[in-house]
Amino acid sequence: MMSKMTQIKHHLTEQLLMGYAGGTLPEAFSLVVATHISMCDTCRAALAEYEAVGGEIMLDVDPTEMAEDALAATMVLIDAVTDVAPPRAVPRTSGIFPAPLRDYVNGDVADVKWRKVGGGVSQMILPTSKDASVRLLRIPAGTAVPDHGHHGTELTLVLQGAFVDETDRFGTGDVEVANEDLNHTPVAEEGLDCICLAATDAPLRFNGFLPRIAQRFVGI
Amino acid sequence: MLTEIAALSKADAPGFAHVYKTSELTLCRIAGAEDVKTEQLSKRMAWVSQVSAVRDGKDKAAFAELFGYFAPRVKSFLMKSGASPDLAEECTQEVMATLWNKAHMFDPTKASVSTWIFTIARNRKIDLLRKQRRPEPEDLPWGPEPEPDQAEALELQQETEQLGEALATLPPEQRKLIEKAYFGDLSHSEIAAETGLPLGTIKSRIRLALERLRHAMK
Repeated sequence: MMSKMTQIKHHLTEQLLMGYAGGTLPEAFSLVVATHISMCDTCRAALAEYEAVGGEIMLDVDPTEMAEDALAATMVLIDAVTDVAPPRAVPRTSGIFPAPLRDYVNGDVADVKWRKVGGGVSQMILPTSKDASVRLLRIPAGTAVPDHGHHGTELTLVLQGAFVDETDRFGTGDVEVANEDLNHTPVAEEGLDCICLAATDAPLRFNGFLPRIAQRFVGI
Repeated sequence: MLTEIAALSKADAPGFAHVYKTSELTLCRIAGAEDVKTEQLSKRMAWVSQVSAVRDGKDKAAFAELFGYFAPRVKSFLMKSGASPDLAEECTQEVMATLWNKAHMFDPTKASVSTWIFTIARNRKIDLLRKQRRPEPEDLPWGPEPEPDQAEALELQQETEQLGEALATLPPEQRKLIEKAYFGDLSHSEIAAETGLPLGTIKSRIRLALERLRHAMK
């Protein structure tokens, strides 16, 4: 539905789609990818292709012999399993967050526990595996995020509003893929506050026993 | 419905052997099928009918056929992804059990059996090997799916076969990079890099195969 309402211009890269299809991305990146695909029919179709590529790659590996009793053991496993996996998330009827993001927030935009990070910008870090991190960002309409560079790779998906930086305009559904080379000053457009889902594989600068307050200075 | 797709001519198709034969003849009449090896395609359609037999008849013989072909390949995929032989064995059995339990979810107009099993194995890999959650895209908000159309199913199976053939023609080093991307041997930065993987620039054959596949999936 959403994809019909918005014109998505900035899509996922081939590498991200392939990594998601192969199951090799960090969880934080996978969340951005799954959320974007929920909004973008083009990338949904492309994902199906990369999954097909994965299937063909798998067919072509040298087979490894299974244990002698593997088939019998599998039949026992089938009989032992009674529950079939829970139904997949149903599309929302209200709100702005696609289902995969709602699962991590435990709700929609109204349920986000925002914390101020300075300059009017707020964030909420979402719980994922530690190989990368992902957060929701809220940038007040018309506000600039201070000029910043990136460590590692950063994905930024717009969920509401839009931002403009030196490279282009990013509207709802658009995803920006930035690496070390990009130094930019994103500015939220007038109108709605800009709400983004941003993932980075840069190591968090503070973890372990360091005070939680240090989280406030983790770069955005 | 899947049984019909696989059997094509169901009125007098009591056994698999006969089904394959019928599929072959019909396939040859589908436009564009000439450039696909009929034998390979009928193998793919056989997998489809085997999954249908598992779903509709809890057919253990059909399941054993699928198991014999796919389990050793799933196991290799998992071992290349970093699983020990024991863990890969255990995980593969779970993947195959999932195939049995979720046979009703398989739609031959959307995926080849190889694609479907790959996605099950991949999900299990993330769960068991990487111990992470896998966020899934939300389902499309379109009403109930129409009955799978048999011509569409054939077309999709055919396009996937062509994709496989196109992949097989890649130079070894390009193929190696693609495999690494799927097995997880590439670093995150390599995966996320704008360049470095060959898919963007590989031969037009792959590109064409993907475009055909996209068309078939519409």
